[in-house]
Amino acid sequence: MRTLTRNLSIVGTIATAAVVGGCAAGGSDTIVVGSQAYYSNEIVAEIYAQALEAEGFSVERSFQIGQRDAYIPALEAGEVDLFPEYTGNLLQFYDADTTATETTAVYDALQAALPEQLTALAMSPATDQDSYNVTSEFAAANSLESIGDLAGVSPLVLGGAPELEERPYGPSGLMEVYGVSVEFDATGEVTLDALLAGEVQVANIYTGNPAIAQYGLVTLADSEGLFLASNIVPIAGSDVADEIASIINPISEAMSPDELVAMNLQSTAEEMSAPDIAAQWLEENGF
Amino acid sequence: MEVFADAWQWLVDPQNYVGEGSLLQRSLEHVGYTLWVMAVGSAIAIPLGFYIGHTGRGRGWAVGITGAARALPTFGLFLYLVLVIGVERREIAAVIALVLLAIPPLLAGAYSGVDQIDRRVLDAARAQGMTGWQLLFRVELPLALPLVVGGIRNAVLQVVATVTLIAYVGLGGLGYDIIQGIPLRRFDQMIGSAFAIVVIALLLDAVFAALTRIVTPEGVRRAGGEDIRARENSRR
Repeated sequence: MRTLTRNLSIVGTIATAAVVGGCAAGGSDTIVVGSQAYYSNEIVAEIYAQALEAEGFSVERSFQIGQRDAYIPALEAGEVDLFPEYTGNLLQFYDADTTATETTAVYDALQAALPEQLTALAMSPATDQDSYNVTSEFAAANSLESIGDLAGVSPLVLGGAPELEERPYGPSGLMEVYGVSVEFDATGEVTLDALLAGEVQVANIYTGNPAIAQYGLVTLADSEGLFLASNIVPIAGSDVADEIASIINPISEAMSPDELVAMNLQSTAEEMSAPDIAAQWLEENGF
Repeated sequence: MEVFADAWQWLVDPQNYVGEGSLLQRSLEHVGYTLWVMAVGSAIAIPLGFYIGHTGRGRGWAVGITGAARALPTFGLFLYLVLVIGVERREIAAVIALVLLAIPPLLAGAYSGVDQIDRRVLDAARAQGMTGWQLLFRVELPLALPLVVGGIRNAVLQVVATVTLIAYVGLGGLGYDIIQGIPLRRFDQMIGSAFAIVVIALLLDAVFAALTRIVTPEGVRRAGGEDIRARENSRR
């Protein structure tokens, strides 16, 4: 056991040395842009990176870092300087019991919840958040427009990732806020396919997902604010935030929800690379 | 260390033993898929292994395929099969993907179980006037059984660990609690259910370890040749 512990601590030392070494190599003028292991997030990060490069910054790309548990410590430690995030999901990470759901309220709550060394730059109108979707046939047959219209429709099976079962906007929230009673099916990776096959009638799909338009799905309006709004928001290290805000903020303001979906579609359907999609968007929007 | 105490709390929480998605239900789903996969995999791989070992035909082929098949990424294959077979029949996709994982160790056990039998024993049996079928059922099968069960043990461990993946497409099992726990940051739930999988794996392995002792023929045991692989190596 003692040997094991010692070996582990050696591994730890080497790993730490590698991380520290990697950072030192970047130098002080370099902006490190990170991204999640999510194609849409990488496109936005690539846009930031190219815009910074166009203004003469030297940029280091640290993409595909994975989930929040993996990259938030790197952001807080200053190893990554800029990261595209989502207001609602990030707020939930820092404050699991938050009651804010509306766009501005979430953004304000996020700014209060962020640690000192991180700054939220201007958020974008583009969102990538949870939403409940039905097929157009099902919507027409039951005259559905908003989530509340689901009340009384039966049987109703809700499909989504396993964690949806426990989320405040999951089955319990549907009941409390809208009086809609659903059975839950953890369809996970195959949620869209299960909806199209009729295994589930309601599916939790991110609004940024191009499949909503591709398959003519109907996104039910959330009039009571069940879902946490989740707008794209650049999170910057506070030491570089002022320096880059004038470059990054106009990008956030210019990016519309539809454009985000269109870029995601270019990635999934046309298999364009993130740098190409980013360059095209920057050019079209006059940056 | 605190996280392990929390995991233990989660494991013994009576709340997790009642209703939809209880630990018991998840465990039964987990074991159920494991047994299904082992039944289908054994039905395919063990007769095939005996055939190869008995006739010596396709030996090089079998060794090559089983070796290469170990490199198949089960998760990728699984999701691909779900798309091909269709989301309504994803149980079948899960079983196929896991059967392909189970076949290499099963085939290797059955094939080498027959192959390692001392040729002089087979010659002696033939000299007694045994037919091919008699030879297979009365000599080769009993002498091969310890290695066959060894192959099954090997396969069960891999399958029980990998059944965890089926929760990604909503088929349940103990992987559900792990996959649900990651985004919710519930480390007690993740470690607790991982621990439950380990316990199930150890229990199944103990069952088959006992079975190995039972199926080892009296003669082989008395000759001290229970671990035939060791004998094989020492002879070389």
